[in-house]
Order: sequence, then C-alpha cells, then structure tokens
Amino acid sequence: MDLAYSAEYEDFRRETRAFLENHRGQFPKPYGGGRPATDMLAWQKLLIENGYAARTIPRVYGGYGAAPDILKSRIIAEEFTRAKAPTGIAGQGISILVPTLLEVGSEEQKRQYIAPTLRGEIIWCQGYSEPGAGSDLASLQTRGVEDGGDFLINGQKIWTSTAQSADMIFCLVRTESERAKHQGISYILFPMTIPGIDVRPLKTMTGNAEFNEVFFTDVRVPQQNVVGGRGQGWFVANATLKYERGMLGDPNAANTRLQAIIELMKEETAGGQRLMDNAVLRDRLMQLQARVMAMQFHGLRLVTAAATGDDVGLARLIVKLEGCELNHQLAAFAIDALGELGVLYHDSPHLRANGFWQRAYMFDLGLIIGGGTAQIQKNIIAERGLGMPREPKLARE
Amino acid sequence: MEFALSQDQKMMQESVNRTLDRVCPLDRVRKAAEKNEPAQDVWTALAELGIPGLLIPEQFGGVGLKLLDAALVSESLGRYASPVPFIANCVMAPLALLRAGSPAQQLAWLPKLASGETVAAVGISEQIAGARDGAGVTAQNGRLNGTALFVLDFANANLFIVADSENKMHLVDASADGLKKTALTTIDLTRSLGELSFEDVEAEPLAHGNALAAVRDAGWIMLAADTLGAGWQMIEKAVDYSRDRKQFDRVIGSFQAVKHLCAEMAAEIEPGRSLIWYAAHAFDAIPGDASLTAAHAKSHLSEIGRFVARTSTEVHGGIGITDLLGLHYWFKRIGLNRQLLGGPERVRHLAAEMQGFA
Repeated sequence: MDLAYSAEYEDFRRETRAFLENHRGQFPKPYGGGRPATDMLAWQKLLIENGYAARTIPRVYGGYGAAPDILKSRIIAEEFTRAKAPTGIAGQGISILVPTLLEVGSEEQKRQYIAPTLRGEIIWCQGYSEPGAGSDLASLQTRGVEDGGDFLINGQKIWTSTAQSADMIFCLVRTESERAKHQGISYILFPMTIPGIDVRPLKTMTGNAEFNEVFFTDVRVPQQNVVGGRGQGWFVANATLKYERGMLGDPNAANTRLQAIIELMKEETAGGQRLMDNAVLRDRLMQLQARVMAMQFHGLRLVTAAATGDDVGLARLIVKLEGCELNHQLAAFAIDALGELGVLYHDSPHLRANGFWQRAYMFDLGLIIGGGTAQIQKNIIAERGLGMPREPKLARE
Repeated sequence: MEFALSQDQKMMQESVNRTLDRVCPLDRVRKAAEKNEPAQDVWTALAELGIPGLLIPEQFGGVGLKLLDAALVSESLGRYASPVPFIANCVMAPLALLRAGSPAQQLAWLPKLASGETVAAVGISEQIAGARDGAGVTAQNGRLNGTALFVLDFANANLFIVADSENKMHLVDASADGLKKTALTTIDLTRSLGELSFEDVEAEPLAHGNALAAVRDAGWIMLAADTLGAGWQMIEKAVDYSRDRKQFDRVIGSFQAVKHLCAEMAAEIEPGRSLIWYAAHAFDAIPGDASLTAAHAKSHLSEIGRFVARTSTEVHGGIGITDLLGLHYWFKRIGLNRQLLGGPERVRHLAAEMQGFA
C-alpha cells in the first residue's frame, strides 16, 4: 500500500499541469455531444499531439502512440479536473467504436475511420437496441438481406443518442436469418446520409430529446462495411460492451456531485436555518459521503489491479450497479435538501443550478436501466462473481 | 501509486485464516459462546502467530506491523466469529500506550501485552458514544471515581485502560482496591464486555497528550473490518446454501429473487473493503484523512452489515433463524459491532463535526 506516485509519475503530473497552465487561454467550452465547435476541434488536435487524448492509440491510426499506463491516464484525468480543463471530444465513436476497430477491424477499416473519428471529423451513433430487443439484445430484428454485393437493411433502432448529428452509425443487423439468434448478427458501419434512414427525436421525461428512434427502409450498404466477419456481430458487440460499462458509474462524477451538495447545504437556508444545520439532512449527507469515498477508494483499487494485472473478480463487476445507483441517490438527496425549490424546473424563477438536480435525477434512471439494467448487472454479479447457477435458458428458437 | 495488499499481507492473512479454519470451527465458537468465555486454545494458536504483539514494536517483543495488518486480522476474526480478545487487547491498548505512554509505561506493559501475559481491556465508551445510565469516570489526585460501561475484552483482563471525563486515559490494575467488575451480557456471546465501577481507585494517567482520538479511530476501523469478515462469511454461507437447497425441483440459487439478494449483498459490501483499507492505511500514513475515513468506515460497514446479516438469514429461510445452524453468531457479531463505540448516527455526527459541518 503506497498512495504516493513515483518520481516518473510526479514528473508527468508536473508536465500535464504546466501544459494546462500554458494553454488556459485556449480552453473551449466543454463538449456537449454532437458536432464539435471549431475551437473544440482545435483543442482536440492539440490534446492528441501532446498525448492527452487518444493517448494509447497507435500513431499510424492518428493517435499519440503511448504505451498503456493506467496511472498516467489517471493523472491526466485528475489534472484536467483540477484545472477545470475540458477533456476534448468524447462520445460513442471514440469510446466504443475505436477500441472495437482496434480489436477486430480490418486494416482498411482502421485506416479509414479511426483517425478522423479521433479528430472529431466523424461523429458516430450506436445502433444496438430495438423496441423489442433491450436486455435480450440478441433477439434484435433489424434485417439485412443480400442484394448484389450489398445488404438491403430494414428495421428500427431506439435509444440512439447523437443520431440527429451523427455522420455514421455502427449497427447490429440480422444478416443470417437461417442461423441461431446469436450467430446471425453482423456489425455494420454505414453513413447516416444513405437514403432510407429516418431519424426521429425521442423526448424523455426530462423534457429533452436525449435519444432518437432510427428507422431503416431499404437502406443499401456494401457488404465490405461489416466489421469482424458476417454473423460475428454479437461477439464484436460484446467486445465493446465492456467499454460502454467502463464509462458508466464513474466515482469522480459522484464526488463532484457530493461537493456541490455540500456547498448547497452551506449556502441555502430554510426558515432561516442553514440546511447544514438540519441534523437529519446532515446525517443523510454523511451517509452519502461514506458511499462516495468507498467508491473512490474502490476505484483506486481497480486502477492498481488493472496496472498489475491482478484479477479482482467481483470487485470490478459491481461498479456499474453501485456507481449509477449512487449518482442517482445523490441527485435525489439534493432535491430533498432543496425541498420545494427542488421541484422547480424549466426556466422557473428561483430555479437552482439550472434545474440540474431534477434533470440528473430523471436522466440517471435511464443510466441505471441502460448499458445493462441493474437487474442484468445483478445476474452477472451473482453468476460470474459468486458462481451461482445461470438462468435456466428458455427454449431457443 | 499502489492501492493493494502486499504479498506479505496476503500471506499473513492466509495464515491467520488457515489457523482459524483449523482451531475455530462453528463447534468451538458455540462451546465458547455457551459460557461467554474467550476460547483459550484459539487464543494460544493466534499467539503462536504473533497476533498479541502485532502492533507492538520489535524492541518490546512484538512484530511491529501497521494498522492495515491489524484490520486484516480483525476481518479474519470476524469471518470465524472468533471468541478472542483482539480489538481492545491487541489494538486499542497497545496504541494507547504507544501514542500516550511514557517510556517507563511502555516498557512496563508492552512486552507483557506482546507475550500475551497481560490481557488489557479498554473503556472509552462514555467519551465516544456518550454516557448512559449516569456512567462516567472522574480523575483527581491519581484516583478514579465513577463507572465505565461497555469495557471491551473484559474477561480475564489484568490491565484496564479507561478514559476520564476530560478525555485523558488511565492505567488501572485489575486487582486495585475499590475496583468492582461486573460482566455485561450482550447478544454476542463471542465477545466479552463489562462494567467497571471505581471507588477511589488508584490509577496511573498515561503520560502524554490526548491519544483518545487515535485509539477511537483504530477501534472504529477494527469493528468495521470485523463486520466485513463476518458479512462476507454470511454472504458465502447464503450462496452455498442456495446452491444446495432445492424447492420446486430447482436449487433456490437459480431463482433470480435469491440471486439478486446475494448480488446486492456482495455489491454493497465490497466497496467497504476499499474504504477500510484506505482508512487503515491513512491511520499510519495520511494523518489528515485518518479520523474521517475511520468514522465513515465504521458507520458505513454498520449499515451494510445490518443489511447483509438480515438478508443472508432470509436467504436461508426458516433454518436461518435456528440455533442449530449457528448463522446467528455472525448476525449478532455484526449487531454488536454496529453499536460499540457509537452507533452509525452518532459516528456520522462526529464525522460531520470533524469537517465543521456540525
């Protein structure tokens, strides 16, 4: 147990800090998804050139080409948070598609897509879920039928964030209808500009359309756009699910929320009493602080295990379930602390934090459900973590 | 940056577990609990591993390890519901002497604690959890008066360390005149608690400053670690039982309702391990973080412990509440840990105070 960083890492931290100090004037507005603004594109380029984005992606594909070093990644994250510096372009293209292509893409696909994706020139959306295929994703029904050298794709996707501004989609399509359900799926890349694609915003309970529905009618896609081989899509997608779950349940996000709640409870009063002086609220705050700390230290443990290659088994499987739940509980508590002020929304007078807490409380319920529901996570923890019997499979079609 | 146990720590904990596996099966726990007495043979086996001197420097005949090592031992003792005097005797008392004792006091007591010749009990409850039933100890001219409740590792103790109303700690010989000892019987018959009443009892104040907070923090971390061990034992017992027990022609572990209870227990308790590791490491290495993380470890594991104790019992169904199965020893151990040195609400209040929130 040694929480100090060695000299090499302390040097790296100083370099990172100096870089951020020197470029403070160039910070763009934080990336909010969709099409990046010009200053964000320039920032992204600068970050890649200096190894603060696309750090471990090989140079030949437009990355910085450093060896993976989770401690350095952590230092970068810590220093960017400390400097309140925007971290560059994020999204499903960079976080999910790029690692997938690196793992199973053809050389041509890697050269064609990775570099422009990293630069923010190609924006991607993910076409997995369907109205009839949620937790049971492999039952998806969007079909691609061979037509010459192409597939003709018909069907519907849902929960497709960024679809309205995406250039491309990575999409799961049933191309081998005669095969068993897990063996009949292909992972296909295609432009969102092809005729026959209809994107309809999906407004959620927050009042915003964070997602879309995407309809495909005779969408013609060349067969060479398949990643990892025909019928291999399920296995390609599973390679990416781990990257998606890694994005969810981040303990630093929980800590940021906790600190905001502490400030709120020091500043806000009810009946002339500071919220912090309300013993019941303070007790709830302390309960949440203990949970946030536990998840942060848990994160340190997982970082160490990843760096040393230790198998921590169950410890890693619980992060999505616990992390998403904790974030949701933090939002719920902030609303309770605010009381009647906590239900103000839209652009109401007296609104606090631009309605962040209610929006987070509602949106986070989607994160508890998405990326593998809490119930699916519990199955995984029980079966893979605790060695309990697998669900009896119903007759496969 | 490395947030993990060392090879030595893993090996040390494995050897404690192997020993307890051999000398402290459920039957042994039951036998000790029937008399509410420490298990002398278990204690002897642990003494052979150097557990009494775990935190005591080598110059006094101990092993000179850190609080994280002690937390690993505490976890193992919770795992086996071991009826031995550890938390006060091997952790709080040596730390009180190391942090507040004069060289003479250290030389007088630490070698005897390290060899196991002396068993020390610690009574600081009034100053941490708040005095109940009018308890409290006052010190004047080297004499103590009043009562101390919930003195931990009480049975067979020949040295008592008690805190007075000004947070100063005192050494009291078990045979001192005017000292009356009364055992307290809790739900948990694997541990020993008692009441001391003082009538003009001769005592020796610990020489230096105020080490009460450090003794308290160490106690909190040990109680949290005991609950971690006891909790994981209950989770594993629930999982094992659910793989054997059949109803409706299926093992009950294949029902999602049961699986999810087990997954929830594991998911809730495991980040608690990371919190305990950090708090124990901070105790020796990051003083600024020590008290707050110790408080959160104690209160958080108390909450998770209660959930696990109840849920594991429920997974077992009717057999879970029988004396025969013996699951209740862990249930009760977790129940005692929750209240000792302050229940979660009290400890969270102290955590808020530490940050200037209360």
